[in-house]
Amino acid sequence: MFEILSYGDLGFGDELLAGTLLTLQLALASLLVGIVLGLITAAAKLSRYRFYRVIAQLYTEVVRGIPEMLVVLVVFFGASALLQTVAGWFDYTDYIEVNAFVAGVFALGLVFGAFSSEVFRGAFLAVPRGQLEAATACGMTPWQVFSRIRLPQMWRFAIPGLGNLWMVLIKDTSLISIIALDELLRWSKVAAETTKQPFTFYIAAALIYLVLTMLSDWGRHYFENRANRGVVSG
Amino acid sequence: MTKPAAISINDLHKTFGDNEVLRGVSLNAQQGDVVSILGSSGSGKSTMLRCINMLEIPSAGSISIYGETLELRHNRHGELEPVDHKQIARIRASLSMVFQSFNLWSHMTIIENIIEAPVHVLKKTKAEAIEQARELMQKVGISDKANAYPGELSGGQQQRVAIARALAMEPQAMLFDEPTSALDPELVNEVLQVMRQLAEEGRTMIVVTHEMGFAREVSDQVIFLHEGQIEEQGAPQQVFNQPKSERFKQFLSSGL
Ligand SMILES: Nc1ncnc2c1ncn2[C@@H]1O[C@H](COP(=O)(O)OP(=O)(O)O)[C@@H](O)[C@H]1O
Ligand SMILES: [Mg+2]
Repeated sequence: MFEILSYGDLGFGDELLAGTLLTLQLALASLLVGIVLGLITAAAKLSRYRFYRVIAQLYTEVVRGIPEMLVVLVVFFGASALLQTVAGWFDYTDYIEVNAFVAGVFALGLVFGAFSSEVFRGAFLAVPRGQLEAATACGMTPWQVFSRIRLPQMWRFAIPGLGNLWMVLIKDTSLISIIALDELLRWSKVAAETTKQPFTFYIAAALIYLVLTMLSDWGRHYFENRANRGVVSG
Repeated sequence: MTKPAAISINDLHKTFGDNEVLRGVSLNAQQGDVVSILGSSGSGKSTMLRCINMLEIPSAGSISIYGETLELRHNRHGELEPVDHKQIARIRASLSMVFQSFNLWSHMTIIENIIEAPVHVLKKTKAEAIEQARELMQKVGISDKANAYPGELSGGQQQRVAIARALAMEPQAMLFDEPTSALDPELVNEVLQVMRQLAEEGRTMIVVTHEMGFAREVSDQVIFLHEGQIEEQGAPQQVFNQPKSERFKQFLSSGL
């Protein structure tokens, strides 16, 4: 049993490690895209203009209502169809394959953005009004009030919720195996089928996901403490 | 020619929805004046103060600060709105405000709170702002708290920091909205003492307060607001010793 999990030609240890690394890269890149999308969407939801609020709400509703797996498939095949069409306008008719990693990051980022926009919206609103007024009363511009007072304090309220979404995101990376990206779950499946020892490999994969989420929880505590600097009791 | 009033308010009205909170309030404060605004809860004191630095936009009337009139125009809904946001920002920077709930920025240390606006609004250098902040912290008696966070301080200490933060803007006039109302009784005096000192230095101050002793001893002018109108106005000896308005007599005897 240990032989097949070993590192090198005989075992699948190195493949599992490569899969884990790719899973982490996928998750981190999706987190980045998702946070940017989430912040923009939250700002749109808090906008004075109805138009932005409606667009933001629509995006959130649609993405939240569709199973993640479908979002991945729609993005992947949708993007290839789109590229193919655009290429066709320039008389390019060869098959274009969309990079699975990029499509995966985009799909997971889209999902993370939709869910995190609600977390960010709540966090922006949780910053005490009086502190914003004090900044305005000093003659700060609206942008200064936002960037110097509201944004830095917002994290304190957002991090617990973002931590949960990150856990879900790590596990959701396994969905990207369906568009043939060699992340952790896909390598486990390959190994399981090759060696005819599915239980061993799926348990190994499960343990690796577990370690990742446990490490994340520890990371969340770190960021929570940082964001709560100076705040006595909650 | 007399010099222009430091703060001059003329026939100020403010309506929230169909609730008319201010119904024609006027006030003239000369440079160096301390004006106390009294009145029961909901009488419009905060709203009046907040109109002076445009945290609320008046529905009608005019406000001038050192002869400069805040420019307002009617928008297409018929409401007043500021004409020039730069003017508003400039006037706000010259009028510091101290709030009932302190409103210190909780993610910044005490010294960071004090230098924030001088650096980012007045564009002072950081070194200059820090030097000034140290002097101000000494003045209000919180020198040892430079690197503490607001949440680690008592209410009285936080309010003194808020006053130092306000002073750091080198304001032409200061607005205080019930600065001692959120404090435990034993902490009220340390804040009032700082305010008395500011009054003695000849600073122009508009103070909404329930501290009758302070209003009587420190102010040059007392205003009693009732339901958005001025019921009694005058020098403290006059209004406290010979109040004309029945309501003000009642207010005084209710022992606030
Ligand atoms: N932003 C606002 N929106 C609606 N009503 C308000 C607002 N601010 C104050 N009011 C109302 O105006 C009245 C006077 O409030 P305020 O000026 O805070 O009184 P005071 O400071 O004398 O207690 C109250 O009835 C209050 O409900
Ligand atoms: Mg008030």
